[in-house]
Amino acid sequence: MKKRVVLPPYIFWLVTFVLVPMSLVVYFAFTDKNGNFSLSNLNDVFLYSNVFLRSIWLGFIATSFCFLIGYPTAYIISRVNIKCRKFLIAMIMLPMWTNFLLKTYAWMTILEERGFVSCFFQFLGIGKFSLINTSSAVVFGMVYNFITYMILPIYSVLIRNDRHLVEAAQDLGANQLKIFLKVTFPLSLPGVIAGIAMVFVPSVSTFVLSKMLGGGKDLLIGDIIDMQFLGSVYNPCLGSAISLVLMILVFICSGIMNQFVKREERTVIAL
Amino acid sequence: MIKRGDFILKKNMVALRNITAIFGDHKVIDNLNLDIKDSEFVTLLGPSGCGKTTILRMIGGFLKPNVGDIFIEGKNVTNVPAHKRNVNTIFQSYALFPHLNVYENVAFGMRIQKKSEIQISSQVEKMLKMVSLENFSKRSVTSLSGGQQQRVAIARALVVNPRVLLLDEPFGALDLKLRKDMQSELKAIQQKTGITFVFVTHDQEEALSMSDVVIVMNEGKIQQIGTPTNIYNEPRNAFVADFIGESNILDGVMLEDYIVEFANKKFKCLDFGFKKNEKVDVVIRPEDVKIRKSGLGQLKGCVASVTFKGVHYEIIVDVSGFKWMIQSTMFQKVGSEIGIFLNADDIHIMRKFEHSGEYGDYSAFSDEMYEVYENVTK
Ligand SMILES: Nc1ncnc2c1ncn2[C@@H]1O[C@H](COP(=O)(O)OP(=O)(O)OP(=O)(O)O)[C@@H](O)[C@H]1O
Ligand SMILES: [Mg+2]
Repeated sequence: MKKRVVLPPYIFWLVTFVLVPMSLVVYFAFTDKNGNFSLSNLNDVFLYSNVFLRSIWLGFIATSFCFLIGYPTAYIISRVNIKCRKFLIAMIMLPMWTNFLLKTYAWMTILEERGFVSCFFQFLGIGKFSLINTSSAVVFGMVYNFITYMILPIYSVLIRNDRHLVEAAQDLGANQLKIFLKVTFPLSLPGVIAGIAMVFVPSVSTFVLSKMLGGGKDLLIGDIIDMQFLGSVYNPCLGSAISLVLMILVFICSGIMNQFVKREERTVIAL
Repeated sequence: MIKRGDFILKKNMVALRNITAIFGDHKVIDNLNLDIKDSEFVTLLGPSGCGKTTILRMIGGFLKPNVGDIFIEGKNVTNVPAHKRNVNTIFQSYALFPHLNVYENVAFGMRIQKKSEIQISSQVEKMLKMVSLENFSKRSVTSLSGGQQQRVAIARALVVNPRVLLLDEPFGALDLKLRKDMQSELKAIQQKTGITFVFVTHDQEEALSMSDVVIVMNEGKIQQIGTPTNIYNEPRNAFVADFIGESNILDGVMLEDYIVEFANKKFKCLDFGFKKNEKVDVVIRPEDVKIRKSGLGQLKGCVASVTFKGVHYEIIVDVSGFKWMIQSTMFQKVGSEIGIFLNADDIHIMRKFEHSGEYGDYSAFSDEMYEVYENVTK
């Protein structure tokens, strides 16, 4: 057996920022308002099962869009010359330096009925167009905010792509499409998996987005948790229970995705 | 030695015509013409940077020549992309696919060709057997040793039945013992399959022991083409003589037919047809120099160093400033005076060429390169 060397600062970090908060979540999840052991909170979580399903569904759609847009983008960035590449990376990183709320407010005004997009469509004679207060707007917000986390890990894998492997595939008769399907794409899978995890997890647990862009009609699980702690219903025990279930679901998803990558390349969570 | 008849029987497999390759303003290959015959083991031999890899990449289709045409089996393939050429390459870095196991690596080419699963498995098993890796088919290629990876690369290239196999310093990363084993294994594979091999190396011993034909190159130009014995015994110029084996190379003057002057002495030789008083390079192999008692030879010198090399002693003798290398089974004492005797047929006369004088007195070119490297790293 290998002896594990764990550095003291790492232990400190682990205890203060992971173990203690997690234990608190677990403790509250199994406690009622009077501080007694109870399973009723977990029972109540199932009242929100449709919210869970919607969150996972929207998260899934947002992740798919991020992948479909992000992969080609990362591929192109990894292919262009170094000057162009630096510029494109900067363009992609730039929105990350702007405050999340600020960006979302900006999108609210752009997407609303009298907003820029609507005016543009009216100008073209397509008619009034309003994306605001729909699930599409929420998905749009997720894609906009999280796509960077899809592009960067895929890009970092593609940029390390070994030219010799591409030549070897070509040598054995593969054309450009086959080279991509049989060599480049499979080798970039660790980046894809990391990207999916980094987009899916925050998408599922996001809050505020649904309130601001979705009009607060179809709340997401993140909003429900938010409400239990800061809203009028104030019930931290139920909030903890929902968080716990969400966490377990995320762990299961990551575990499933990890099965697609070789053991030594696992990036998400080593289960 | 290749008989004249062989050349007529064998057809050209690869032909390069007036090939020039330029990178930036550096002419790497300069108007090169080359014929490679069917089912021959041909070696490109030359110092680092002389353009060997560049030639292979042009035959493989990874690089287009700036000028000239490439023919494979008589067809002009200059504009045919790599994946449509019936030529396969074994890369120096092996370039195995890390996401596929040994079996799938070897099967790659056949899967591209959409062969049936039955065909694939019988061919792949046959190839793995040939390179003695039949028990490794499920192993990940990253878990293999260098020699095993090398053999997977060979199997992967041969499974698609190429007409020509290009090998770019395939044994560069292997240790000496493994290198020797792989050399004989590879030679056996070549003889069994009858595929034309174009092999690149800068190791002259490897080139001489494996090849049917050796092509000695320097700075993008062919210096000599011939069989290993031919190249060793009759080097065409001082560069070849120095690069192939060890040589003493001296400046000489052809006084008349069969008479050459060097080291301030006249010698009988077997060469003729030079201009009167033409300046020439005189090449003498260290094993051809005979040691005599002081005063009995044609030249007189002082033993500077003696190194035991297993079969023979390597003796460096200082003859009025020029250091001769002599290989002899007789021990000599350092500092003693000895005589040097040369037979007429051991003196090889070569025309001066552009690089004459670039190579030192006794040591082989490759040794000089190592000395340069050592000095740089020090
Ligand atoms: N892509 C390139 N761009 C610019 N110069 C290049 C390129 N490829 C090769 N060269 C130059 O061409 C010359 C020949 O290179 P090549 O790789 O063919 O040498 P080589 O004979 O294979 O040497 P080695 O034994 O070190 O592998 C070198 O001077 C090298 O610097
Ligand atoms: Mg090379």
